[in-house]
Amino acid sequence: MIVFEYIAEALFYAFVALTFAGGFMAIRAKLLMHAVLGLMVSLFGVAGLYFYLGSPFLTMMQILIYVGAVCIIIVLGVMIGNTPDQLAAKKLVGKNLPLAMLASTTGFIALFVATINRTEFTPAAERVGDMSIRFVGENLLYQYCLAFELISVILLTAIIGSIILARGGREGKTP
Amino acid sequence: MMISANLNTYLIIAVVLLAIGLYGMVQHRSLIGMLISSEFILNGAALNFMAFNRFTAPNPAVGQIYALFIMAIAAAEAAIAVSIIIAVYRKYQSEDPEEVQDMKM
Repeated sequence: MIVFEYIAEALFYAFVALTFAGGFMAIRAKLLMHAVLGLMVSLFGVAGLYFYLGSPFLTMMQILIYVGAVCIIIVLGVMIGNTPDQLAAKKLVGKNLPLAMLASTTGFIALFVATINRTEFTPAAERVGDMSIRFVGENLLYQYCLAFELISVILLTAIIGSIILARGGREGKTP
Repeated sequence: MMISANLNTYLIIAVVLLAIGLYGMVQHRSLIGMLISSEFILNGAALNFMAFNRFTAPNPAVGQIYALFIMAIAAAEAAIAVSIIIAVYRKYQSEDPEEVQDMKM
């Protein structure tokens, strides 16, 4: 019993390491393709964290939607990025480096201190339901029907809008 | 004390994701790189929702619905942003934010 707990804990560390390593790979990469690969690794790690938060359904959705769909869409955008030869010609990374360090460390320290100091989040007195897909589906279709409909409308609008915007190929006429 | 069963752990992971996203957003020299960084910020927010859903919320379905909503928004945002970037590239032959910031032909 206790052995399994240690294995689960070690796997948790592995997922956290995957998340952070992918993130650092994504922001330090020179080539955009490497950045997308880092994003995929990081999102996979976040999917593992969702599993530890008790929701296998969201784990699957994260892998399906984010790692599967969103990253593929971004890869389609990478084709207009710089080739390695062009990258050697001009310096892409490092111009805003001090500003970026300042912004991210300021945000990190402010929120980190807030998280450490204000730790008393009281749990709810009673919980209804469970984490199962059945309960999520019932809630989504009865109580939170508006969110469901909004997702559908937004996705439809996004599909139509992106088709209209990107029509004509790389060199084509702009509509 | 299991560290994976602690609310603060997930909050700190989300803060690190936010910091990574901010860093990439400011530092990257291409529009696609900035889009990639925004995905990190969105993921940090979704992770926060799921953490509070697991440890404090009265109804455990709400956080999952929120996270699903964020995923759908992110997918729509990525599709729209990539097609806008392609349209911008068609006009300016560049995806450097500094070259397209004037929005002049």
